[in-house]
Amino acid sequence: MGAEFVQLSLTPLLIGVLSAVACALPGNFLLLRRQALIGDAISHVVLPGIVVAFLVTGTVTAWPMMLGAGAAAIVAVLMIEAVKRLGRVEPGAAMGLVFTTLFAAGVLLLEQSDTSAVHLDVEHALNGNLESLIWFDATGWGSLLDPQALAGLPPQLPRLAIVTLAIGLFLALLWKELAISTFDAAFARTVGVPTRLLGGALVVLTAIAAVAAFDAVGSIIVIAMFVCPPAAARLMTDRLGRQVAWSVLFAIVSAVLGYVLAGYGPVWLGAANSVSAAGMIATVAGVILWIACLAAPRRSRTG
Amino acid sequence: MTPFDHFLEALTLQGGYNSALVAIGAGLLGAAAGGAGTFIFLRRRALISDAVSHSTLPGVCLAFLAMVALGGDGRWLPGLLLGSALSSLVGLLMVEWIARRTRLSEDAAIGAVLSVFFGLGIVLLTVIQTLSTGRQAGLQTFLLGSTAGMLTSEAVTIAVAAALLAVLVFVLRRPLTLVAFDPDFAAATGVNVRHTDLAAMGLALLVTVIGLKVVGLILVVALLIIPAVTARFWTDQVSRMVLLAVLFGGAAGYLGAAVSATAAALPTGPIIVLTAFAGFLVSALFSPVRGVVSAALRRRRFQRQVHRRQGLLALVRGEPIYDGLTLQVLRRDGLIRRDGVATLEGRAAAAKAALDEARWSLVRSERADDPVLERYDGLTPLEDLLTADEIAEVDRRLPSPEGVA
Repeated sequence: MGAEFVQLSLTPLLIGVLSAVACALPGNFLLLRRQALIGDAISHVVLPGIVVAFLVTGTVTAWPMMLGAGAAAIVAVLMIEAVKRLGRVEPGAAMGLVFTTLFAAGVLLLEQSDTSAVHLDVEHALNGNLESLIWFDATGWGSLLDPQALAGLPPQLPRLAIVTLAIGLFLALLWKELAISTFDAAFARTVGVPTRLLGGALVVLTAIAAVAAFDAVGSIIVIAMFVCPPAAARLMTDRLGRQVAWSVLFAIVSAVLGYVLAGYGPVWLGAANSVSAAGMIATVAGVILWIACLAAPRRSRTG
Repeated sequence: MTPFDHFLEALTLQGGYNSALVAIGAGLLGAAAGGAGTFIFLRRRALISDAVSHSTLPGVCLAFLAMVALGGDGRWLPGLLLGSALSSLVGLLMVEWIARRTRLSEDAAIGAVLSVFFGLGIVLLTVIQTLSTGRQAGLQTFLLGSTAGMLTSEAVTIAVAAALLAVLVFVLRRPLTLVAFDPDFAAATGVNVRHTDLAAMGLALLVTVIGLKVVGLILVVALLIIPAVTARFWTDQVSRMVLLAVLFGGAAGYLGAAVSATAAALPTGPIIVLTAFAGFLVSALFSPVRGVVSAALRRRRFQRQVHRRQGLLALVRGEPIYDGLTLQVLRRDGLIRRDGVATLEGRAAAAKAALDEARWSLVRSERADDPVLERYDGLTPLEDLLTADEIAEVDRRLPSPEGVA
């Protein structure tokens, strides 16, 4: 637990935890509003967004990519609404139609354009590269107080910290309104809560979380964290506040345990190489949900 | 040769034995997917197939590892497909189990299963990559599908399996239609709804498994959803919708595979999906029943009819008309002159409108319960709804016959 840990594992671990929490927080409300799959749809359309951003700017820098992905998420949500209204089809089918089409367009664009010089491919988009987000400039725990070393932190870390903080703040400030409009939209409207605006804001927040986390950890973790920790938390309690707290706990445990198992698990089993941390984090989240389904106190349907 | 020549060549199955087989296989796969997808779409469970398709990945990897452990090649396609079918079956049953046994809704179960199985699959993929035999495994092609460099034996396997699947959809069409259309009635006639639903999902599962190599597991769900949604624009009848979805799916699969065969940078899966989406877009815009364009045209025609009617009534009452559209409609039909004075035809039409209005108001006050008269929309002439004798009776009792002279 010395210098090597700080240099190689501390930042990926923190980034994994922050991504998990950033996605799990809005995931609670999506789950209760039966919009759990919005996260799935958004994380698929992030790919065309970043490809278009790359084609426009010609570079793989963070902000254009984030903007492109955010724009793609908004386009996707509008398209889903349009298909739902025009075709009068169920939301699931509209979602499936839109996100597969946009994802296909993203893959095609990627194949058509010359991205051999930059690190941009479908697998990266899916799996992320959590393991590579190491802190070169760190020499030990002391580096945490060294401004020069701190300047060399992977940029994903401060970005995710800001996004997580912003999401937490949003939920804390609008907690009452969100809770009312989630559980009883009609009542919320009568007491003057702008439910549609709030629903839209929640989707935008989801997109921001997805995009920020996606850049660091790939879309698997994003989808898994939107659904699994809130779902497991839902089986633990009937109170919204406690559910959110449980989901944050589950998200953190998934991220830490998943990262550790991916990095050290194979070594313990005698293999030389580590396995995908993103995949392992998703798997651990799934195991937690599975245990919750079998044993959590509030697992069964009531009424 | 231009790309178009290549396209024609592939389309007419002259681009080589393999690409012909792939195109036929993709067409059959699309047709089967369209059929199976319609039933799932009508049961409002389209996205379960997304969970099913993502949960194929661990099965593919485990099958590869098992075959390598047994001393085999690991890339034998039927073995990989069997593995993927088993793990996606586990995924499907997990979704059902979570949705039935816990308080979580089905969409949460779908999201959880698809992300966790996919994550597990990625873990296994990295395990395979670290094995010395795994470096050229090429299992990544299952993510997005790839028909380039496909072995002839693989193409034959896919084409035959897709054909069998299409036959299976045909055989099961009756109970599936019944349940999709009216589950309560189906249950009353002795059809086991849950088993039929599972059979529909089983068909989707087979589509996914066979489509892995062609379309890839991320996009194969599009083959199940898009043709069904497209078909919905053209008909309100289940049997026709299934037929149309089969046609749309087959066309998308066949055309997409043909287009993709023309150049290396045109990956099969995305091209097939985008072809299907093009069909959806055309239908959404131009379908005569529910298309955007026809709806807009209908609305415009209705608007003009209302303006014409109200304009004519204004002429009868001698009121001035200010509305631009009303003036335009009347002028175009030759009912008023450029200075706004009614023409001979205009006066006749106005009188007729006034008479109809008077008949309607009389009839509506006297026969309020008559179901025929519920069709009152201010536009339909009463003559179209009542017999000539009834009209004569109404006219006899009009307070003062106006405008007829």
